[in-house]
Amino acid sequence: MYRYDHYDQAIVDDRVKQFRDQTHRYLAGTLSEDEYRPLRLQNGLYIQRYAPMLRIAIPYGLLSSRQLRALSDIAAKYDRGYGHISTRQNLQLNWPKLEDVPEILAELAKVEMHAIQTSGNCIRNVTSDQFAGVSPDELTDPRPWCEILRQWSTFHPEFAYLPRKFKIAVNAADTDRAATRVHDIGLDVLKDGDGNIGFRVIVGGGLGRTPIVGVVIKDFLPWQHLITYLECILRVYNLHGRRDNKYKARIKILVKALGIEEFRRQVENEWAYVKDGAATLTEAEVERIQQHFTDPAWKQLDDLSLEALAVEKNDKAFTRWLERNVHGHKKPGYAAVTLSLKDPKTAPGDITSAQMNFVADLADKYSFGELRTSHEQNIILADVEKSRLHELWLEARAHSLASPTVGLLQDIICCPGGDFCSLANAKSIPIATAIQERFDDLDYLHDIGELDLNISGCMNACGHHHVGNIGILGVDKNGAEWYQVSIGGRQGYNAHLGDVIGPSFAAAEIPDVISTLIETYIDNRESEDERFVDTVHRLGIGPFKERVYANKNAGKERAVANG
Amino acid sequence: MPTRMPARKGLLPMAKIIKHSSIIDDGWTLLRLAEGESAESVALPAGNLIVPLAVWQARKAELLARPQRGVWLAPDELAQDIATDLANLQLVAIDFPQFADGRGYSTAALLRTRFGWRGELRAIGEVLRDQLFYLNRVGFDAYAIREGKDIEDALKALNDFSETYQAAVDEPLPLFRRRGRAA
Repeated sequence: MYRYDHYDQAIVDDRVKQFRDQTHRYLAGTLSEDEYRPLRLQNGLYIQRYAPMLRIAIPYGLLSSRQLRALSDIAAKYDRGYGHISTRQNLQLNWPKLEDVPEILAELAKVEMHAIQTSGNCIRNVTSDQFAGVSPDELTDPRPWCEILRQWSTFHPEFAYLPRKFKIAVNAADTDRAATRVHDIGLDVLKDGDGNIGFRVIVGGGLGRTPIVGVVIKDFLPWQHLITYLECILRVYNLHGRRDNKYKARIKILVKALGIEEFRRQVENEWAYVKDGAATLTEAEVERIQQHFTDPAWKQLDDLSLEALAVEKNDKAFTRWLERNVHGHKKPGYAAVTLSLKDPKTAPGDITSAQMNFVADLADKYSFGELRTSHEQNIILADVEKSRLHELWLEARAHSLASPTVGLLQDIICCPGGDFCSLANAKSIPIATAIQERFDDLDYLHDIGELDLNISGCMNACGHHHVGNIGILGVDKNGAEWYQVSIGGRQGYNAHLGDVIGPSFAAAEIPDVISTLIETYIDNRESEDERFVDTVHRLGIGPFKERVYANKNAGKERAVANG
Repeated sequence: MPTRMPARKGLLPMAKIIKHSSIIDDGWTLLRLAEGESAESVALPAGNLIVPLAVWQARKAELLARPQRGVWLAPDELAQDIATDLANLQLVAIDFPQFADGRGYSTAALLRTRFGWRGELRAIGEVLRDQLFYLNRVGFDAYAIREGKDIEDALKALNDFSETYQAAVDEPLPLFRRRGRAA
């Protein structure tokens, strides 16, 4: 992974000093609330419903065991002993004290970490594929490009006060695991006919109030021009993006208003001036960065089939875990493993300090001391010897990190919601818990098969509800919490936004609604291989909608009859 | 002459500014149009004036008779709107009615890099200490710190960071073209 040199360290150390002084001036009253707000946000510090929230950057989701131990210590010392993995692969602390934050940042800087630009109207943490560098379907490792973008975007002077936040994702595999189509800029790493690396540049995607799937602005951008081209996109956006209405301020609205042809023309016009300038990437720099992402010291192993392993251990629980939580690896004899943070007893994505220390130990023992966070809010050990999977499973299970449900209905993506977030219209965690409790039969879960269920507590869509196969959105109706349900969304290269099935539901109705959706799917699927989302796309939302509302009305009549 | 004239709507005297990292007396007067005033008819006080773009465009001949000329741009006015006039100006200012409106950063960068502006580039309006480092990087060299803020204190922000990653006006080479050079 990328290690800081004295330049990187100096920049992060200066930031700690700067923010300490800003916070000091705020507490002393010489910096007003309005003046301090953007400064603290660009250090990941929100003032939330009950306490501040600090979002710590995990660039493209990559962490060392040493860093995770430091996070564990910080969560124990300055918070309530747990953190929350966000859908942008970051770690959020829900209960720090504002006056402690400068000290937290100082501790983070000691392990080459920070909270820079994890919020605010600036370029945010660049996200990527959690299986980067090990996935068999990968063209090249996307992480060096992410790191190049991290450095470029860190304290970019021209783009610190954009109309709105700006998110970039990079993917380099056949499968899009980075949700590139729903980012302000999505980058697909490609090779041209001569084997030269470049990028397909997607612009103007996003979720939130106006969900839009991004469009291609450039089919193939040679790697040398990555920074100059992105700078031009940002400049056109900074100058012309709307600032009169924060709900219309994302780049997607500008791209839509101008049309992609006109937006592209403006970007290309800017680019003509800066192309081949000093910001053009050099081979030396790309090599320098790539040297930080070389393969670990994999052993030469004979490959081992997971089926054979399952037969050998003859344990249904282990077999299920192998099916769901163990993923392919480009090196024979190795696998990537998802440690699930979706134990039904805790909020999705939450991890305790004890678990962090434990995961750090697992990373040291099984995976070269490194781990990744995923936008699905789980943790990945990327380089595990297959022959040690059973041993790892036993250990992980003892710490509630082995729910064999990755990609299934229980693997819910969920924002912190109204329990913590001051933007939320409704709570989201209790909805996730109620659904997880309803669907706690592992046989049934595995029979239902792959299903992304995503929950957001408001339109800002941190829980990515639009691209959930089932999406749940918290809405406010006259001060009461209601939930709108959509189906048919999906992430990936064929990203699709779900369709709302009808009027919203009370919290207590949601488990029944999900049950009805699932029953409709089971009754209608052509085979066990047809996933929920495929059935929805084959049949449309009609049959699902009809049955959900028929049941709802029947329920009401029963209630009246019994009343 | 007193350094602080009695406040009159539309005409604000500026006493001290930061220029080239020092605090100096300001030799310019900023003209803002008050409600009801028009670019065509507003009275132009004596002295070195920084006028709105509309006033410059309406009264160019009159202003060209003066020895020093300055124009300020609102956030929605672009660098190209003033580009052909730059040779006739000594000062260009960019207004930040709200510090969080960052359009002026791109406008400044374009004035310096695309349009070759070498004269004074001044930030006016809600100009605060904590934005100074970035403003300096995109090409501003003068700052009229907002009234009520400590200008000495603001000056410190120019040294907030000892190193930067990107190419910008203050350092045309990105760090990756400088890294290891001094070793």
